[in-house]
Amino acid sequence: MNAVEIRGLSHRYGAGPTALTVLHDLDLTIPAGEVVLLTGPSGSGKTTLLTLIGALRAVQTGSCRVLGIELSNADERTRVALRRRIGFIFQHHNLLGFLSARENVAMALELDPDLDEAERLARAEAMLHAVGLADKVDAYPALLSGGQRQRVAIARALVHEPGLILADEPTAALDSKTGHETMALLQHLAKERGRTVFIVTHDPRIHDIADRIVAMEDGQLVQPATH
Amino acid sequence: MNELAPLARASPVLATAPAAAAIQPPPAPGLRLPFRLAWRQLRHEPARLAAALSGVVFATLLIFMQIGFKNALFDSAVLVQNSLRADLFLMHRTTEALWRSASFPRARLAQALALPEVERVTPLYVANVPWRNPETGLNRTLLLFGVDPTARLLGFYGLDDAAWDAITRPDTILFDERGKPEFGPIRSLLAQGSFFGELNRKRVEVVGTFGLGATFSSESNAIASETTFWRIASGRNPAQVDVGAIMLKPGADVAATKRALQALLPDDVMVFTRAEIAQFERDYWAKVAPIGFIFGLGVAIGLVVGCVIVYQILFSDISRHLGEYATLKAMGYTNGYLARVVMSAALILAALGFIPGLVLSLGLYEIATAQIFIPLHMTIPRASFVFGLIFVMCVVSGLIAIRKLRDADPADMFR
Repeated sequence: MNAVEIRGLSHRYGAGPTALTVLHDLDLTIPAGEVVLLTGPSGSGKTTLLTLIGALRAVQTGSCRVLGIELSNADERTRVALRRRIGFIFQHHNLLGFLSARENVAMALELDPDLDEAERLARAEAMLHAVGLADKVDAYPALLSGGQRQRVAIARALVHEPGLILADEPTAALDSKTGHETMALLQHLAKERGRTVFIVTHDPRIHDIADRIVAMEDGQLVQPATH
Repeated sequence: MNELAPLARASPVLATAPAAAAIQPPPAPGLRLPFRLAWRQLRHEPARLAAALSGVVFATLLIFMQIGFKNALFDSAVLVQNSLRADLFLMHRTTEALWRSASFPRARLAQALALPEVERVTPLYVANVPWRNPETGLNRTLLLFGVDPTARLLGFYGLDDAAWDAITRPDTILFDERGKPEFGPIRSLLAQGSFFGELNRKRVEVVGTFGLGATFSSESNAIASETTFWRIASGRNPAQVDVGAIMLKPGADVAATKRALQALLPDDVMVFTRAEIAQFERDYWAKVAPIGFIFGLGVAIGLVVGCVIVYQILFSDISRHLGEYATLKAMGYTNGYLARVVMSAALILAALGFIPGLVLSLGLYEIATAQIFIPLHMTIPRASFVFGLIFVMCVVSGLIAIRKLRDADPADMFR
């Protein structure tokens, strides 16, 4: 079973003579449970590919099937529903400053009508234990270090047990040691739970956590490689 | 690192993934979570919350005071009309308000008596005349009513038979004990018996009091018999009256008699029922004066100022947290859900700002009443009405601010 199946995917910005095509007839398959790194220079189309897989943009041309959902011609409701089954990790963690770490993580569970408040908070707390922040569950983001905030963001991305985790430059705001530790933790938790992880990064120091590294250049996958 | 194992769901996500056509987002949380989020966000920055609340308090205060003054004006303006003990009234066609009435021939009252439904008629004379404060010697204008004491036409507080009988003697008057204090210590002087004063430079004896109070058109009032009135308001023609009060026989149809009077009398007079003569006075202040418009403008300004302040707070909150809103969208929160967060914040501001605004208004009502001697009353309907206005004001602010949410694009988070 594949988490992501992309066939003939193209994408452009703008229209008419000023239109800029950023993805060209792309094919990519990511099996379930795999940790994949996507590298490439700025402007190569990595982020656009990530937003299409994350159902954050509408697919224009080609097929993009994520967690069994075909996104070409998918309406907004379908894309919103799919996003609830994906975990997102951003370069800037974007935690809600007025909520504690536990409450921030619980936000990923608020959309699940089957969970009550106590269960949501219990699961959020357990997830924070899992990322090594047992003593920070009630701390507000302003009181956490950059690495701790990113671990809260990882906990938020994992707590609702998504089938796919998408991360964009997750180590960019962290020092080398903290960055590697954080990504190793993400890889460990994802492998433990059988989750698929797709990371866009410029950071060569985290290549060792990947099952596979793919590279992009000028909107095309140029160098599929096995790690 | 297996703490979550007992909580993990048994079914693998991929194995149970539904087809695209069938997938629909589950219902978003109701109002509880957006409300809680909004409150936590507002509470997180006390200084900004205080600024927002001060805007709502200011708007609440301004609206309460404007409505309070307006209603006090209207209530006081019709005190006389509501106290008239008659069924129909005549006033000159050009009269705009009682305190500046144009007189009409007394003969119209005699003509009205021709109708079989009319039992009796009573003329009422009105004049603005200066009263000399017995203590300070300063003159101040009051409204003097001239009326036949035996007709018992006026139903002001404290007007009993003894008071009416007292002014049947020439050159005697009854004084308004609820008028402004600038007219002198009337009650304490009367406590020692009747006393003499000067009304329009004529010596009169104050023999009693009644309670009417200051209005926007007069700071105090006095009542005299017709004879005394003509002597004080020298130059007034006794054959010209200001208001004609008509008492009908028991069982007479007021509306039909009014129509009959309109047909009978020349066009120089207007015929009113009790409700109509009060409304006529109210309309003068609302439309002709146009003090009603001015107070209405004050209410509108309060609403606009409050709306702008609340909008600015909500808008800047959204702008400063655009990344967080976009993140929530990426996580599957809908625009509608986030709009509910913003609207919840607006409603919290409405509720929290209204309460201190109400308390401050109650205090200002007391102060204003003591200063201008026109009672400003806080009533539950008025408080409810103002809360409704504040509620709408905050909802409008929230609806305008919500447009900023469209700028929160989750795709922008990956850049």
